[in-house]
Amino acid sequence: MKKLLLGDEAIALGAIHAGLGGVYAYPGTPSTEITEYIQADALAREREVHSRWCTNEKTAMEAALGMSYAGKRALVCMKHVGMNVAADAFVNSAITGVHGGLVVVAADDPSMHSSQNEQDSRFYASFAMVPAMEPGNQQEAYDMMRAAFELSEQLREPVVLRIVTRLAHSRAAVEVSEPMEVQDRGICQERWVLLPGIARGRYAALLEKQDDMLASSEASIYNKVEKGEGSLGIIACGIAYNYVKEALGDKANVLKVSQYPLPESKICQLAKENDAIMVVEDGQPVVEQQVKALLGADYPVKGRLTGDLPRAGELTPDNVAKALGVEGKETMQPSAIVAPRPPQLCQGCGHRDVYTALNQVLATYPDYRVFGDIGCYTLGALPPFKALASCVDMGASITMAKGAADAGFHPSVAIIGDSTFTHSGMTGLLDAVNDGSNITVVISDNLTTGMTGGQESAGTSKYEAICTALGVEPEHVRVVVPLPKNMDEITRILKEEIDYPGVSVIIPRRECIQTAARKAREARKLRENS
Amino acid sequence: MKKDIILCGVGGQGILSIATIIGEAATRAGLNLKQAEVHGMSQRGGNVQSHLRLSDKTIYSDLIAQGSADMIISMEPMESLRYLPYLSKEGRVVTGSKPFVNIPDYPDTDTLMAELGALSAVDMMDIDAVARDAGNPRGANMVLLGMAARYFSILSPQELQDAIRTVFARKGESVVEANLKAFRAGLEGLDS
Repeated sequence: MKKLLLGDEAIALGAIHAGLGGVYAYPGTPSTEITEYIQADALAREREVHSRWCTNEKTAMEAALGMSYAGKRALVCMKHVGMNVAADAFVNSAITGVHGGLVVVAADDPSMHSSQNEQDSRFYASFAMVPAMEPGNQQEAYDMMRAAFELSEQLREPVVLRIVTRLAHSRAAVEVSEPMEVQDRGICQERWVLLPGIARGRYAALLEKQDDMLASSEASIYNKVEKGEGSLGIIACGIAYNYVKEALGDKANVLKVSQYPLPESKICQLAKENDAIMVVEDGQPVVEQQVKALLGADYPVKGRLTGDLPRAGELTPDNVAKALGVEGKETMQPSAIVAPRPPQLCQGCGHRDVYTALNQVLATYPDYRVFGDIGCYTLGALPPFKALASCVDMGASITMAKGAADAGFHPSVAIIGDSTFTHSGMTGLLDAVNDGSNITVVISDNLTTGMTGGQESAGTSKYEAICTALGVEPEHVRVVVPLPKNMDEITRILKEEIDYPGVSVIIPRRECIQTAARKAREARKLRENS
Repeated sequence: MKKDIILCGVGGQGILSIATIIGEAATRAGLNLKQAEVHGMSQRGGNVQSHLRLSDKTIYSDLIAQGSADMIISMEPMESLRYLPYLSKEGRVVTGSKPFVNIPDYPDTDTLMAELGALSAVDMMDIDAVARDAGNPRGANMVLLGMAARYFSILSPQELQDAIRTVFARKGESVVEANLKAFRAGLEGLDS
């Protein structure tokens, strides 16, 4: 049977059909739809596959490792920067090894369509010394889930499945196969206690497995050679293969790489049969560097580092064709009158009222800074608000405001969303309380994870309790309703708390208008159907 | 045969629904299809686009190469111009004519219409007004699909209508009929 699926959905269905026990994830573009698909899938629901959102990527990774320890197949999904949050657990899961198959999906975002950097998750796989797979199309994304779980159980190591935005969010028909039963190997009989003496032994075991990983890559059906014409050998990783084929068709001498570690003997063979190698890979020049090291300084290796392909940004059929010397079609000039249309906060959104109030109050001080965070409200950096001094990573608003306050700067204000606060803001708030830092924290609570489409937020209805439990004085935890009609009250409270010399938290709370509208639609539908 | 289409508009205008319907029709017709969407941040009132590729042969790239799109289908006039470098020399622009102004430096209407008028093949219609007249004010995207339907060739207008029926079936017969009506208003509107 064929189904029209996004790359993300193909991964989700592939995992369910591979007998998945649970998915653990925090939403992040372009990975969100994987978990959402599993949450909505009838078979996954019937099998009670775990799919509830986690507080952050680290808790997700650890819970998945626990499920693996108990013998079931577990999936972790995140966007590329989530790998930084999960890194401690991820890197050490290579040392413990796994029991039930464990696959870590990292969705990279070259060109930064919805991200703050374009880091390449294949580095994480080689850093942790575990295999990675990189599907080139939706069908492979589906098929590889089964292969990745099998490889994970065979090697007893986590396997990274690396995708990029263009695969995650592109749809194509996928041939699906018969679902496997939920896999269950029973609870692990080993102890995964990484005390130094034990960890040294496990690390040695991981090093010993490297040969098996390489052998698996060399034999993998996903690392395939196609003979073409000419004397240029092309190494095309994952989705890059599509652009190479689009440009050259059957003329390409190509080694498609979709399983790592790199199949070294296949690469040496390709180099021997050709005069030069071009590495075409989306993201950073991970493979290009390794191939240069493998073939030596005298062998010509082209790619992003040599300027044949752009150093930054995603691959396109155009830049790959150009690198391969294929002339593009004649194109029209871009129109000079087209104005940029950046994303913006929705009309009627509560974050807007928060920024209006903040700007109004802060304008009365000679100087001030608002440290921002990751979410819809990052758009407060753009006109008309232009309110933010920074946006770095999940949770950095509170800790950067604290650092600035420690340096003696005032007013030092943090603005953070409800979901981002529970993801990574709480620990920073505890630091600020323990230091008695003179900061004002605005937790703009819209009762959801808005930016990624309205997923549940881990701390909903718990924010006042969390803040006071962390030691913020109850009288300096203030809740307001961000609406234009309440502007006088909001600005008065903001002013009071900014002038309070210590940690204060203001929680403007009003439901995201998108999720509110969706709920209203669903309620209407229920009424109509009943 | 192949058809490469850029679908575009402003976040929230319903271009993903158009893509879903074309996808359904193509799948039923046994065509190969790739459809790259942009999700996430840009959906908040920003420009959105989808690359839609249909072919009876294998399609490799998820993205359309510059200079090779057969059609730009746009909910909004300025957005249709944004993707001109993708359009082939023989390509056609099918667009709604009513500006969606949510930025301060939106070009003035005369300049915009002059620029569109200078293109070799353009179809323009006030799709919002036509949708309203057809009794489906939220159906402007279906009017647009109707306008574009006669140029698909790889899919017939009937196949697209069958797909509308399937995609909206779970929302009830009245929704199906309203969308079909809007589609036909777009399809027939070009003759009037």
